[in-house]
Amino acid sequence: MQTMSSYEKVQLARSKDRPGIYDYIRTLFDGFIEFHGDRLYRDDPSIVGGIAMFHDIPVTVIGHHKGKTTEEQIAYNFGMTSPEGYRKARRLMVQAEKFGRPVITFIDTPGAYPGMEAESNGQSNAIAENLAFMSAMQTPSIAIITGEGSSGGALALAVSDRVWMLENAVYSILSPEGFASILYKDAKRASEASDAMKLTAQDLKQFGLIDAIIPEGKKMFLALDSMLLRELNRLMKMNKTALVETRYQKFREIDHMND
Amino acid sequence: MLLNDIFSQRKIMWDRMAQKRKRGQEKVKACPKCKTEYYSGEWKENQYICPTCHAYMPVPAKERMANILDENSFKELFPQISTKDPLDFDGYEEKLQSNRKKTGMQDAFLAGSGKINNQKVAIGVLDGRFLMGSMGTAVGEKIVRLTEYAKKKNLPLIIFSASGGARMQEGLFSLMQMAKTAAAIEQFKRKGGLFISCLTNPTTGGVSASYASLGDIILAEPGALICFAGPRVIEQTIGQTLPEGFQRAEFLLEHGMIDCIVERKDFRDTLSSILQMHL
Repeated sequence: MQTMSSYEKVQLARSKDRPGIYDYIRTLFDGFIEFHGDRLYRDDPSIVGGIAMFHDIPVTVIGHHKGKTTEEQIAYNFGMTSPEGYRKARRLMVQAEKFGRPVITFIDTPGAYPGMEAESNGQSNAIAENLAFMSAMQTPSIAIITGEGSSGGALALAVSDRVWMLENAVYSILSPEGFASILYKDAKRASEASDAMKLTAQDLKQFGLIDAIIPEGKKMFLALDSMLLRELNRLMKMNKTALVETRYQKFREIDHMND
Repeated sequence: MLLNDIFSQRKIMWDRMAQKRKRGQEKVKACPKCKTEYYSGEWKENQYICPTCHAYMPVPAKERMANILDENSFKELFPQISTKDPLDFDGYEEKLQSNRKKTGMQDAFLAGSGKINNQKVAIGVLDGRFLMGSMGTAVGEKIVRLTEYAKKKNLPLIIFSASGGARMQEGLFSLMQMAKTAAAIEQFKRKGGLFISCLTNPTTGGVSASYASLGDIILAEPGALICFAGPRVIEQTIGQTLPEGFQRAEFLLEHGMIDCIVERKDFRDTLSSILQMHL
């Protein structure tokens, strides 16, 4: 595992063999009830959301759905979300805030869907509104990047009190292929791009851009379960004003500049 | 009297000659659309609108401030902020240097305070000439500081955007500036602040999908490209060419994404009228 290159990690992060959103839901939560729709236009199947019990805590769970078989992948648009999906997620977060439920998000997406309809329906607006809402949401939130966390499409579910990554997940401004085609004018140089982008969990932890790395393997779900329980209990003890202010400062302090 | 006339006539002649000399030293720039050539001073005087075909050229941030604000009212804020190249990205430092030389700016965002028809505002402008107006840590930090300044001083906040999106060379640090700017704008708005977001050609990607789409009021220049995914990316995805006018300001207006389209030369007056109704 030590010798794996960044690009090999990218490919591993994209592997169909990794657990999907329903695996996390089934293993970590009880009594999940899925909710649908943005109440504006349609239900975007690339986002799954609903309520469930985590130990004795009612929580709202939201995540990207990539699908495993080819048919599934097509049905869920490969986890590429349209504005309706982000708006569904926001609707469920507004509901979570109202009822004081913590929000747990599972992130695994190649990015927001670059389609005509998605643009016509306000992709930018949908993502921006999610960032704004999550940043000031008066209930605890934990985001877990489980596979591929790419671009604004990933961030739209990740402005959270805690941001964790699985050991072999990646989190980046854009896919390495997209990055290479922009900066090197050659999408085939994705491997080189992956190194330069510093997108592995280990790199990002070192930068302080994420809070924790979850080791993969047999005990992953156990580790996730105990971390979620510990951190949710911590966050739920905070008063709402302090919670929001701490979250604001967490993102406010991400800089790297001369002043 | 006669003597005075002679003097004044001479002065006019001299002024003309001086102006011609000055123009002669100015660079000539052709309109990319109709190819008509104009001196750089002429572009500036006409707010970077082609006098022949009325095409809109990008406006340097300083000129935008001059066109929008009362004369000599602009006071720059946070000019010293610059990026530290968080990824130690190959070739980035050189790119920054050449862009600094080209624009005279430390990074792509010019921030400050100023007055519009005597009403004080916090105002920022993204300069598309600096690495396509992309948002990295320096731009994100300046936007947040300007927003916090507006909040503290109880001022309306106006930001003109022109950007290719988040700055690739700063990787995830740039992506985080989307969260950071959106969070600052949200706090400002919740405290009752007025944020007018002005979208100019182009406003795309991580800028369009963060603070720029969060205006209480969103204005746009005619014909501006405003989108999340750029036309080329979409064409690659769907495998067909996009219809004429797709993702332009007029298209966004029709689809309910912006409040109104404002001609460049009317921007100052429109902003002034909006501010008057928020006193």
